[in-house]
Amino acid sequence: MSIGIYNDQITYHSKNPRNFGEMENADIKIKGHNPLCGDSFEFFIKLAENGTIDSVQFTGKGCAVSTASASMMTKAAKGKTLDEVETLFKEFQMMSTGKLDVDQEPNHLGHLTVFKSIKDFPVRVKCATLPWHTLHSAMIGQKTATTE
Amino acid sequence: MNTLLTNDLDIAKVREEFPILSRQVHGKPLVFLDNGASSQMPRSVQERIRLYHSNEHANVHRGVHYLSQTATDSYEKARVTVQNFIHAKHEEEIIWTSGTTDAINTVAASLAQFYFKEGDEILLTEMEHHANIVSWQIHAVSKGVKIKVIPVLDNGELDLDAFENLLTDKVKLVSLVHISNVLGTVNPVKFVIDRAHEKGIPVLVDGAQSTPHSKIDVQHLDCDFFVFSAHKMYGPTGVGVLYGKKEWLSKMPPVRGGGDMIMEVSFEKTTYNELPYKFEAGTPNISGAIGLGAAIEFIQSIGLEKMAAHEHDLLVYATSIIEPMQGISILGTAKEKASIISLIMDEIHPHDVGTILDMEGIAVRAGHHCAQPLMTRFGIPATSRASFAVYNTKEEIDALVQGLLKVQQIFA
Repeated sequence: MSIGIYNDQITYHSKNPRNFGEMENADIKIKGHNPLCGDSFEFFIKLAENGTIDSVQFTGKGCAVSTASASMMTKAAKGKTLDEVETLFKEFQMMSTGKLDVDQEPNHLGHLTVFKSIKDFPVRVKCATLPWHTLHSAMIGQKTATTE
Repeated sequence: MNTLLTNDLDIAKVREEFPILSRQVHGKPLVFLDNGASSQMPRSVQERIRLYHSNEHANVHRGVHYLSQTATDSYEKARVTVQNFIHAKHEEEIIWTSGTTDAINTVAASLAQFYFKEGDEILLTEMEHHANIVSWQIHAVSKGVKIKVIPVLDNGELDLDAFENLLTDKVKLVSLVHISNVLGTVNPVKFVIDRAHEKGIPVLVDGAQSTPHSKIDVQHLDCDFFVFSAHKMYGPTGVGVLYGKKEWLSKMPPVRGGGDMIMEVSFEKTTYNELPYKFEAGTPNISGAIGLGAAIEFIQSIGLEKMAAHEHDLLVYATSIIEPMQGISILGTAKEKASIISLIMDEIHPHDVGTILDMEGIAVRAGHHCAQPLMTRFGIPATSRASFAVYNTKEEIDALVQGLLKVQQIFA
């Protein structure tokens, strides 16, 4: 059953998050927090020798939207350069706030477009973008991220 | 629709008084169950506010002209309506504020100026709204005053044994919520006040959730302060009341300077106005005060006891259906409970519950309800809360239950 933002992929990822669990040899650890919902995640990032993202894992607790977004982000970021991740972050944010129509305009979001209807739920946009804000913060060298 | 007739109360007729209840949300009939945050306004209150703006508006206590006097009369009449509603002894014990939060802040700021000393303690409860925590932190903790907390038991009742132990000679104020906005617990405020008074300790009661549902008699309670908002009791936003015993208010310094709160001003010295104006600096929310007066008249036209009986029926009905449901638990099962149900669904975040119910036209509150210490106490980030008002029906509770089943199906 699907309603609003809760389509099959999002509910599936929220119940079966990918790359979930701590990473022992992470190059970067960063916490992301959404005070509104109490969503709280920690992301672990391993970089490859060529500077691309080798892998991303996460732990923590959040709502279905933030958990699914984190899960799908860890898949999407794998093997990407920092510039490519930055592009995804910007496009995801624009899609979530209704500034990018993924059905009409070119983009690199791929499977991440399952979040496109989040723009119709303004109070939930922060849930979807929290993982991306956190990854972005890690890329620019910050220690924590918050959507407030 | 014979279920609309309960306790001799014609709910269909009551609902007609609330135009907003006939609208749709996301293509579904609105089921408004967020009354604990803000209840809807009946036609009579809307009409009274409109009449003020179209026929009586001017500034109060200022002009010699006709309209200023008309506005002042309506505004002061509302004060008497409030006085009678909460059974205060004196009219001047009713201070207009912008709401419950403003009222608590006013007491905190004033007491901090002349009453609290370093090492004193303020006794709160674990189920307080942030308004009754942060106000004391801002105004009193900076003066070296400590905050002590009465714990909450697993069923959502106050730990009264702990209260008696915490009530030491260091305590200079007890400030507690009458009805918890999360748990629905009706606290034994009379007992708390009597115990505190045995030691000469004043008590503030936060009545934000109790004024719409229970008879308030501040003289019987003997509370020193009682605070509440209009918008949770069918009135407008931006207006509320600080009741204080005259003996306290007379010795308390004002915390805001401005027009109306003065007797005489020079650059060297200002003498303050008498009660209640001493605490009412600046042009007040005139239409809001008049609107609150109209909201009280609406409540009285139905009868608070009939309203409370209907809301209790709804609580019992909703609890009897939701409590046995698999994967759902109710937070707060106090013996004395108001018509508030906080839900926790296994493995499903309250915000997801709230969003899915919203798609069904059902408005509930999802979040920490401005009571984060209470969420921490129960080890949860948030709850989904349904809170009932006089216009809610058993059919609406059935819709809520269907909505909850849908939430479970989506995450099944």
